[in-house]
Amino acid sequence: MTQYLLRRVLIAIPSLLGISVILFTVLALAPGDPFEELATNPAIPPEVRQNLRASLGLDDPIYLRYFAWLGSMLQGDWGYSFISRIPVDDLILQRLPTTVAVIGASQVLALCIALPVGVMAATRPYSLFDQVANTLAFVGFSLPTFFTGLLLILLFSIHLDWLPFVYSTKIDATGLAWWWAQLKQSIMPIAVLGLFQGAAWTRFVRSAVLDVVRLDHVTTARAKGLPESRVTLRHVVRNAMIPVVTLVALQMPAVFGGAIVTEQIFRVPGIGSLLITSILSNDTPVIMAVTFVFAALVIFFNLVADILYGWLDPRISYR
Amino acid sequence: MSAATMAAAAPPPAAAAGPRLLEIAGLKVHFRTDDGWVRAVDGVDIGVDRGETLCVVGESGCGKTVTAMTILKLIAMPPGKIVAGSILWQGRDLVPLGPDQMRAIRAKEIGFVFQEPMTSLNPVYTVGEQIAEAVRQHEGLSRRAARDRAAEMLRLVNIPNPQRRVDDYPHQFSGGMRQRVMIAMALSCNPKLLIADEPTTALDVTIQAQILDLMQEMKERLGMAVLLITHAMGVVAETAQRVVVMYAGQVVEEAPVEALFGRPMHPYTQGLIRSIPRLDLAATEHRRLEAIPGTVPSLLNPPAGCRFAARCRHAIPACSAAPPPLREVTPGHLAACIRAEEIS
Repeated sequence: MTQYLLRRVLIAIPSLLGISVILFTVLALAPGDPFEELATNPAIPPEVRQNLRASLGLDDPIYLRYFAWLGSMLQGDWGYSFISRIPVDDLILQRLPTTVAVIGASQVLALCIALPVGVMAATRPYSLFDQVANTLAFVGFSLPTFFTGLLLILLFSIHLDWLPFVYSTKIDATGLAWWWAQLKQSIMPIAVLGLFQGAAWTRFVRSAVLDVVRLDHVTTARAKGLPESRVTLRHVVRNAMIPVVTLVALQMPAVFGGAIVTEQIFRVPGIGSLLITSILSNDTPVIMAVTFVFAALVIFFNLVADILYGWLDPRISYR
Repeated sequence: MSAATMAAAAPPPAAAAGPRLLEIAGLKVHFRTDDGWVRAVDGVDIGVDRGETLCVVGESGCGKTVTAMTILKLIAMPPGKIVAGSILWQGRDLVPLGPDQMRAIRAKEIGFVFQEPMTSLNPVYTVGEQIAEAVRQHEGLSRRAARDRAAEMLRLVNIPNPQRRVDDYPHQFSGGMRQRVMIAMALSCNPKLLIADEPTTALDVTIQAQILDLMQEMKERLGMAVLLITHAMGVVAETAQRVVVMYAGQVVEEAPVEALFGRPMHPYTQGLIRSIPRLDLAATEHRRLEAIPGTVPSLLNPPAGCRFAARCRHAIPACSAAPPPLREVTPGHLAACIRAEEIS
């Protein structure tokens, strides 16, 4: 097991390097230049601009710039934002807790909906509960988050005026009041993301459970005289969790990407909105760092999925 | 092992000492489909006495598996439904029992071995856990005691190295070994009846014999009765004391094993026996293997008279007029054929 993990981590290194090469090249070839503003500024003479470019190595060939980036990144120096002059790692660390809190809570909400509803629906196929759950799930994952998000804002912020529609990092309150304000402004983004994900997962859980319910070993479990609840939990749900866990783990990085839209709608100052603003302002170091973090997350959750898979299914062996 | 040794080992037939172990009477199990109700089991009477081996034989789809599963109510309801009849277990009718009362009977009183050893065990638990689960459910043993019982059961069914194998997963066992595990599981609570639904069909021939021998050994050691469902006449000859032949959801013949093979009375049974491949005759006489012509009638709308009449070489007009009753033609030998005497 340790050896397997070690090998998987070692394999991850070339993948990450490859990803960084591609990212870096694409960004370097993209039109736009952080010095565009300086170029149009008549107060700066051309030679000064030229010297500045040379000192920053902006005119070097791409591969030299890549190795320079790689070298400093490995030493923990992720560069400075062209726009705000703040170190990129500080910028990311500033935004990360909000994103993790909102996304984490929405994923927990999604699982809390998908697992019980999916299992209940599958163990009573074609019942009224199943039909209602199926229809709602279908509606839920057909509606895009930017639509449901705006709908919720319209209803709860504009008409009812219950919830704020702009997420604020500066809340003038302490203790319980702070938590209350935090909760009020997080409810809508969490609900929008969580319900969307929950709807998709409900359908997946239902079909995974339906696949297991008709297997022979479930009849064996019943023939042992086990109570129906135990048959369902230990012999149906436990087996159905194998594909579900894999899907959830593999989807985690995608969720970070999908959250960008939600973060934009609710003005959540998360890592997604950081990426959007940095793309809009050609802030290459920030784009590079954030996309690289996403790539690392993809690889990390792939590894998590593999480990969970082996832990859930004894037929998988680590060799 | 032969029919003779098996018969010798059998205890005397149960006398009038109380009710029979299992007495199925007039059982009808129908399944709802889009096309209508399929009468999978349509008026079946089967009795099992303490300590005997009863074989239920018939081709695929004749209702033998549904009958067996219905005893423990393991069929899916819906779409299945017990339309009529009673299943008396030691005199007590199982048909009206609720789920909790049925659970107390499953594994504890009646053990069940399924056809497919490859899929009948849950792949994510060790075989020890799966055997222990039944023991813990019915006898309330501690985790440790249940594990010891599981290892003991594995030893009983001749699995080498039981103390170590008890912690192995099903995929680490071969098909034959898994069927041994299934038998160990079914016997772990010491049931009075073991129902085995085609336990050897999915195994290759040498393993089949081993499993049949094992079941015979277990039966003698634990003194239980065995209800063996099979479609192989060879298995019947080797194991049974009494045989019930089913066709299209009904019992067509019931007899002690020697009488059945010595003087089969129903044309369907005669056809089954003739269709056993005989290597000795094939070599010397170049005889073709005999088959029963035609196919099983639809159970959606079974014919009014004898259900076998359309395939029967002895059929007369009277056969299709009314269903032939199952009657005792000679003592202990029942057949559902109006011409049983003349054609046997």
